[in-house]
Amino acid sequence: MASHSESIIREPLITGKNITYAQITNDVLFPVENKPNKAWWIGFTLASLGAMLWVFAISWTFWFGIGEWGLNKTVGWAWDITGFVWWVGIGHAGTLISAVLLLFRQNWRNSINRSAEAMTIFAVICAATYIFGHMGRPWLAYWTLPLPNQYGSLWVDWNSALMMDVFAISTYFSVSLVFWYTGLLPDIASIRDRATGLRRRIYSIFSFGWTGSVKTWQRFETVSLILAGISTPLVLSVHTIVSFDFATSLEPGWHTTIFPPYFVAGAIFSGFAMVQTLLLIARKVLGLENYITMFHIESMNKIIILTGSIVGVAYLTEFFIAWYSQSEYEQYAFINRSTGPYWWAYWSMMTCNVITPQLMWFKKIRTSIPASWVLSIIVNIGMWFERFVIIVTSLHRDFLPSSWVMFYPTWVDVSIFIGSIGVFFTMFLLFLRVLPSVAMAEVKLLLKSSSEQAKKKLIEHGHLDKEQVEFYKESLTKYDSVELADYDKA
Amino acid sequence: MSSTKMILGLFDDPDEMMHGIDQLQKNSVPIYDVYTPMPIHGIEAKLGIKDSRLGYAAFCFGCLGGSVIFSIVYYTLVHDWPMNIGGKPNFPMPNFVPFTFEWTILWTAFGMVATFFFATHLFPGRAPRVMDLRATDDRFVIAIDAKGNVPHEDITRILQDAGAVEIKHNDRKYVSYE
Repeated sequence: MASHSESIIREPLITGKNITYAQITNDVLFPVENKPNKAWWIGFTLASLGAMLWVFAISWTFWFGIGEWGLNKTVGWAWDITGFVWWVGIGHAGTLISAVLLLFRQNWRNSINRSAEAMTIFAVICAATYIFGHMGRPWLAYWTLPLPNQYGSLWVDWNSALMMDVFAISTYFSVSLVFWYTGLLPDIASIRDRATGLRRRIYSIFSFGWTGSVKTWQRFETVSLILAGISTPLVLSVHTIVSFDFATSLEPGWHTTIFPPYFVAGAIFSGFAMVQTLLLIARKVLGLENYITMFHIESMNKIIILTGSIVGVAYLTEFFIAWYSQSEYEQYAFINRSTGPYWWAYWSMMTCNVITPQLMWFKKIRTSIPASWVLSIIVNIGMWFERFVIIVTSLHRDFLPSSWVMFYPTWVDVSIFIGSIGVFFTMFLLFLRVLPSVAMAEVKLLLKSSSEQAKKKLIEHGHLDKEQVEFYKESLTKYDSVELADYDKA
Repeated sequence: MSSTKMILGLFDDPDEMMHGIDQLQKNSVPIYDVYTPMPIHGIEAKLGIKDSRLGYAAFCFGCLGGSVIFSIVYYTLVHDWPMNIGGKPNFPMPNFVPFTFEWTILWTAFGMVATFFFATHLFPGRAPRVMDLRATDDRFVIAIDAKGNVPHEDITRILQDAGAVEIKHNDRKYVSYE
């Protein structure tokens, strides 16, 4: 029930004074209904320059072939699959936030799920570009589908993990898209009902005729819950299957049963880092400090430290098992990783993923916006190195010492990677302009129970345990969007 | 006879709207529908709306998707072109798991959402049948069919007493058609 008031010791999810339902609509739709500000234009210019670089570099690849990349006959996968796994990993936070946190009834997901899901979709698009890019002959991409062919119906190899990947990534992308779009319908209808002229017509088409009647909402909630229920195992399966690409091979350093859980934890780790990187800026630029509060930032940092520690344990376990296995090739693969010619990549990974995120144990650091932002970037870098380390250091010294080589990226490799970041940001910035970046309907649900103003009213009414009120006031000190002076008299 | 087609009670608070529904029902005024900017729990029980059966649809689509892909993999890998790979069995069931799992989820999601859109008449380009434009913003709207529900003044008063901030007597059912 909407009138149910929440325990005072829980931190508020919406801050600010005199927030009304209309205020939420106005605040969230401000960037959609108004001309973009300077910060947006600067970001968009940079991002689209990056996207243009991507178009150029990927066209170059298609024209001259993947021989333009730094690959050689020993290292057949390098920046392409590193980039692919990196982007797929980043794409894990959105569905985790919208599905897993929904099942756990974590209401703080309501104000960040929309933009995180959008990120998921854009990140998976970026990941897919690497898959098509590294095929060499992307016009034959349909060969990955189980279609009868002219050679007498020799079918695809269903025993291959790469085939499983085709199914996992395509399912993940399309289910995420459906989940995201269904959730968007009520908010698109809000834009439609406030717009006029052509804008109204366009949003009307995309709103599917949403009205918000009782039955629609009732079914909508059923759909959301079931989608969350099926997306939870889906999101875990995707990176599990991505890890099969490596784990089912016989390559020392890849042939490891720990890969699935280790990849999934890493994916959530990097996904949350990217959400943090984007939202810390977006909340400031879009003026959403009251909806994406310090509580959200701190909660995400806690997930980052948890998953970062799981990843750390996985790194150590790999080393332990290499020693424990008594397989000298496995042992060599790991010694070579940490002390071989790519030692710098290995130690960048270790520092960025295992050591620096531990700083988040300090409350001062995990509730500081600049520190969180810097740490989130470091995690992004570290997770890129993780994939690079797994792929390149395992491959570059393969079974025949005569074919041992180093991998050197060409300008095409680098441009495609930098360009894909540009593509991602271009899509994200366009999303901020045309669709509500916060799920308005879901945030409105929290207004009466979990907002700062509702809790303040409770305090003013009295009848609360004094100790709990003190605890609550103490918890407010970390917020950057709460005026503490108001609580002195209360 | 008045030309009023719909009587709308606009509330700015979901709890007051729930109170309004109770009051109308106490006075035996049938409610046409309720439009809200967010899902309000408990409202479907008051209006006697049965539980959604979308879960059954989802389950059926999931079973169908899983069976379809399992059959495809079985047909191609075991029946049509069995391959001898190092003498391994050519009916490797564990390898079927990821495909069966993914398509179960894929068909569940698409089948259920398509059923939802079909049952709720949602599709791209459908003319929105909106009775009040603020129902997707900050108003909780109770709609009452004016035909046959008289006197209108009584209904207006019930809504007013329940705390409606505005009561509209609309001559047109939907305001969204231009």
